[in-house]
Amino acid sequence: MPEPLGFLSAAGEVVRDLPDFARDGDTLRALYSAMARARTFDAKAIALQRTGRLGTYASSLGQEAIGVGVTSAMTDADVFLPSFREHGGQLWRGVTLVELFLYWGGDERGNDFAGPRQDFPVCIPVASQFPHAAGVALALQQKATTGVAVAVGGDGATSKGDFYEALNVVGAWDLPAIFVINNNQWAISVRRTDQTRARTLADKAVAAGIPGEQVDGNDVIAVREATERALRRARDGEGGTLIECVSYRLGDHTTADDASRYRDDAEVSPHWKAEPLIRLRNHLVANHGWRKDDEQALLRTTGDEVDKAAETYLAVAPEPARAMVDHLYATPPADLAALAEELGDG
Amino acid sequence: MAEHTMIEAVRMALGRALEEDPDVILFGEDIGIDGGVFRATDGLIQRHGSARVRDTPLSETVIAGMAVGAAAAGLRPVAEIQFMGFLYSAIDQLANHAARLRNRTRARLTCPMVLRAPYGGGIRAPEHHSESAEAMLAHIPGLRVVIPSSPARAYGLLLAAIRDPDPVVFLEPKRLYRAISEDVADSGEALPIDAAVVLREGTDLTLVSWGAMLTETKAAADTLAADGVSSEIVDLSSLKPIDRRAVRASVEKTGRCVIVHEAPLTAGLGAEIAADLAEHCLMSLLAPVRRVTGHDTVMPYPRLERRYMPSTERIVRTAQEVMEFA
Ligand SMILES: Cc1ncc(C[n+]2csc(CCOP(=O)(O)OP(=O)(O)O)c2C)c(N)n1
Ligand SMILES: [Mg+2]
Repeated sequence: MPEPLGFLSAAGEVVRDLPDFARDGDTLRALYSAMARARTFDAKAIALQRTGRLGTYASSLGQEAIGVGVTSAMTDADVFLPSFREHGGQLWRGVTLVELFLYWGGDERGNDFAGPRQDFPVCIPVASQFPHAAGVALALQQKATTGVAVAVGGDGATSKGDFYEALNVVGAWDLPAIFVINNNQWAISVRRTDQTRARTLADKAVAAGIPGEQVDGNDVIAVREATERALRRARDGEGGTLIECVSYRLGDHTTADDASRYRDDAEVSPHWKAEPLIRLRNHLVANHGWRKDDEQALLRTTGDEVDKAAETYLAVAPEPARAMVDHLYATPPADLAALAEELGDG
Repeated sequence: MAEHTMIEAVRMALGRALEEDPDVILFGEDIGIDGGVFRATDGLIQRHGSARVRDTPLSETVIAGMAVGAAAAGLRPVAEIQFMGFLYSAIDQLANHAARLRNRTRARLTCPMVLRAPYGGGIRAPEHHSESAEAMLAHIPGLRVVIPSSPARAYGLLLAAIRDPDPVVFLEPKRLYRAISEDVADSGEALPIDAAVVLREGTDLTLVSWGAMLTETKAAADTLAADGVSSEIVDLSSLKPIDRRAVRASVEKTGRCVIVHEAPLTAGLGAEIAADLAEHCLMSLLAPVRRVTGHDTVMPYPRLERRYMPSTERIVRTAQEVMEFA
């Protein structure tokens, strides 16, 4: 079985010729900062949830390289369709911290992004975003744009018919779509190895007749490089790609989960050595003059930014009750118009 | 004007939509060169090309889910589910996505899609090919569910559904596909989508029905008329939202109501209408609201299907009981 595509070892040594973008210090610093920002957001979200100020939240701890790597390869012409665990990707696309807090705080306005207007909101029903991505890709193809639909789902999601059925139509119609699997080894309490006997999840592309590639999902360079290649293929009319990003879920499934019920610390701790930030930091220190000051300044600015966003979110008043009617149809039917009046502006 | 069957009217509306809006795209199983198993799309691939009239792989999840994505990304998909019995796996996409996208993004993304499906029994089709599951769909907030009762109404309502900015499930009573012809002009004119229509005015009794059951309902009204009972026939037409005002107005006039549907009794739409009348028209009612429906059984195989579906006789008998009550 071939090794997953990787450029940096867990310790940050270069193990394969770097792609051009990864020779550029500014690019690598931007990727590193984005992952750090996602992690800071993550910690804040958990803290808010623990103190009753945010709803149930799905942490991306340890998987930041996936969302950031994938979206850093995308352009504004593309459409991102995330699962519920790709905050780093959404942030890179331009969704704001306040919007993310609003969404996880239980306010639909968090999905009304000011930024990437064409991107989908997170998808809670597992794997159901993959058929959407096929449809978005169809629209992009039909309208002769260069755009590509990029959906992310989990390892568990690859067991659903939605995933296979959508992957199949991507293959059959040469749709410009990329399906990214965040293989974090767990679907709540079910191990990747109990999910399927498939050798790799990338192998599932075989049945759809499209390329499938396994990459080190903790190596942001590898994730971005694989995504760039897949995007190029899609833009050249060569159709879709399945990318499996091998990673590990360092946290609980969500804040409503207690992972100690089904896995030991002894299993988790080695994975801390392979997480995505350390290796890129080591690489930056060794090759691009990243110093302690830079690190501290980054943590300070992201910390301040996230704290400020949380305060802004907490100060946002809920919508009036009639909002549940106002956005259901373009024009509310008679019954609902009456209900809106009844619910009122309070 | 020329006479057309319902299937021709559907095809005319689809062709018209493809012509007038370059964003309209049709997809489904066997809708291309085969023209759909009922021929609703016959000839459209030749006229509009295989990019806009597409045979999908065999996946209802993809048909519905891809319609959601395509609609959100700027197309106007009109997708076909071959038979309503195979629509259940698409309900996930309808309920969890199509019906919610506008609301959950505060209208940043919307879902102007139509999912067409032939529904209902009476054509001696194999099992799973005769279901009437409209109530399951009418339960979903954010969706529209529309059922035409004639060729002209099919034409006008389908155009309305395609032009609507929100998702519409368009259920075609397949028993009527070729049963009746009437004048249909390819005028491009849509009919009001959320409205019930009074097909026949009357004074003694309101008969509420939709789709193919209007055939038996009209026949029952004829029989009752011979006995001197004047029936008003309301074609509900929109099952989500329900035009409650139209039903109430009719029952306030007649004081009596019988609801007729092919779907099973329990939790069928007749229950919703009866409850609405109980809540709003109690003082106008002269007799209990009654329902004549399919049984609470699985749709039987063809040899028994006529025993399942409401017959003209059952409707007449129930109406007579209502008339005898008061
Ligand atoms: C269709 C569906 N079934 C069940 C759930 C409940 N659920 C939420 S996340 C999850 C596990 C998902 O695992 P995976 O796809 O690996 O994604 P991860 O959470 O690990 O990112 C389950 C069972 C759901 N959201 N959707
Ligand atoms: Mg997982």
